[in-house]
Amino acid sequence: MAERDVVLEVDSLVRHFPVKGGLLGRGRSAVQAVDGVSFTLGRGETLGIVGESGCGKSTLARTVVGLDSPTSGSVRYRGTDVHRASGRELRQMRRSVQIVLQDPYTSLNPRKTLRDLLMQPFEIHRDVLPRERRIARIKELVELVGLDPDHLDRYPFQFSGGQRQRIGIARALALEPEVVVCDEPVSALDVSVQAQVVNLLRRLQRELGLSYLFIAHDLSVVRHISDRVAVMYLGKVVELGERAQVYDRPRHPYTRALLEAVPIPDPVGRDERVRVLLAGDPPSPVDPPSGCRFRTRCPKAEDLCAVTEPALAVEATPQTEAACHFPDHTPLARLGA
Amino acid sequence: MSAPVLSVDDLSVEFATREGTVHAVRHVGLDVHAGRTLAILGESGSGKSVTAQAIMGLLDTPPARVSSGSIVFEGTDLVGASERTRMRINGEGIAMVFQDALSALNPVYTVGDQISELLRVRRKLSRSAARARAIELMERVRIPAAARRVDDYPHQFSGGMRQRIMIALAVALNPRVLIADEPTTALDVTVQAQIMELLTELRRENGMGLVLITHDLGVVAEVADDVVVMYSGRIVERGSVEELFQRPAHPYTRGLLRSMPRPDREDDELWAIPGAPPSPLRAPGGCAFNPRCDAVVDVCRTDQPELRLIAAGRHSACHLSQEVFDGRA
Repeated sequence: MAERDVVLEVDSLVRHFPVKGGLLGRGRSAVQAVDGVSFTLGRGETLGIVGESGCGKSTLARTVVGLDSPTSGSVRYRGTDVHRASGRELRQMRRSVQIVLQDPYTSLNPRKTLRDLLMQPFEIHRDVLPRERRIARIKELVELVGLDPDHLDRYPFQFSGGQRQRIGIARALALEPEVVVCDEPVSALDVSVQAQVVNLLRRLQRELGLSYLFIAHDLSVVRHISDRVAVMYLGKVVELGERAQVYDRPRHPYTRALLEAVPIPDPVGRDERVRVLLAGDPPSPVDPPSGCRFRTRCPKAEDLCAVTEPALAVEATPQTEAACHFPDHTPLARLGA
Repeated sequence: MSAPVLSVDDLSVEFATREGTVHAVRHVGLDVHAGRTLAILGESGSGKSVTAQAIMGLLDTPPARVSSGSIVFEGTDLVGASERTRMRINGEGIAMVFQDALSALNPVYTVGDQISELLRVRRKLSRSAARARAIELMERVRIPAAARRVDDYPHQFSGGMRQRIMIALAVALNPRVLIADEPTTALDVTVQAQIMELLTELRRENGMGLVLITHDLGVVAEVADDVVVMYSGRIVERGSVEELFQRPAHPYTRGLLRSMPRPDREDDELWAIPGAPPSPLRAPGGCAFNPRCDAVVDVCRTDQPELRLIAAGRHSACHLSQEVFDGRA
């Protein structure tokens, strides 16, 4: 295999949010939203990040693009530390790493027209494009994402949810980034519209050579778009590997439970399906369980799991890593789909 | 199949708004049978939740108005029924579970108080008997340490546990029909599976008719017996779950099924229905789906197709329903 051209390097990233608590606010607890996450993202590659609410995936997204600062650890874009860069380097990094947010209803300023919304990136980064060429570039962007260039004077409320998400994508692409972090980009959209946006993101990736960090809770969408997949639980990556490996031969019991819980959109044979359902809800990230954080819901947990935290270790080739003392080695039986 | 417990016929609901009359539900008919699960599948603005609210009598009138049709529960028409009849049927006859349990539960009373109050008013139980029954119900929906948690407030429970409490409230009076409006949409996938299993189990045990309102094809495929597909206020297709998934008879249903990501076709472009669901204020003329339809012909732009029988147990509201059903359009 050719050497991977790594564009983004996340190393031992930690983001804790202190919470006030205890007598006179002297408690020293913290929400351990992201707790030691490492991965790399190659050029033109999509890394999917899945996990349930509270697992830290959105905090990870915000920290990667520099909207939030890490408690420790680092994020490097082509060698530049995202949180330490300044001046010219910082501006270059900000242009190259962009984000598409979940909710196209609240992430667009309602008082700005489509033209204003797309003009903004060029007003912040004035040196990118001379003023007289900006409007042509905006029209190009609008067409690129499948919107109508005649609608430049419309306001966000005049667009549907799917169209608003296209505006969000156009804005993220305005400065020709190399990395786009997509934080739940389709989950606020109607089912019939989700496929359009997924197809658009894939086409743009092919045409522009983008790298995606694709964060979502919908496992079938992540499977469709990702090359590699990371599974998060309570601030940690519990499994990371090639898409087919993670989905067909999950090593970590949490990955397995997550995949088994997804309803299969085919009624044939549903009564024969066996699935082990997890009990309870994920514990609070303020006071996560000792040892392996999943052990309180894990069907395979033993005494060791409460004492020693399993490291993310290479488990198989092509490379899959799982953080479990007792990883699985059997393929996942998925009937129907 | 025995006679339906709940039968909705030709139901239309409209809302008076500043921008004109919104026809949220038009001529909807459906039957709920004891011990079976009926899924109402639709996207935002399809009228699925308004249909449920009309059945429960929860619509504010005005601005809403039931402009036609009947909702017959065990021989009683609930449209225009007296407050007294409603009071008798809601809870004991038909009960409902909402999407957002946090806003459906009262934040200033303990969950035990809320369940007990229902039992004391409706079942005339004593304070202590009601409390004991509340704990039983909480155990029935598998809330761990129910006897201790009965005195907790809604905010002290996780999302999945709150949804269980709302289910406990809904089944407290043993209703014949349980309507669940997007009961798992706000929940994580592992919790969603637990809640769907619980609902299915309760339906089986109590012989309830379950009406499941959802936008999720996966959930429908897992639990429904019968399916009604709604689009822009109307039923566009109806059938048993196996037949509808195997052989859709409406281009909208077909498009939805085709657009699901499939693990065996992971590198292909997804099938996508173009455009977006119409606003109920500006539904297109003719068939409301015509601007997005891949089988559209001239008549679709002018004439509203009726919901027609196309095969045993199968209905579709499409001018080309037979062609779609036969795979010719």
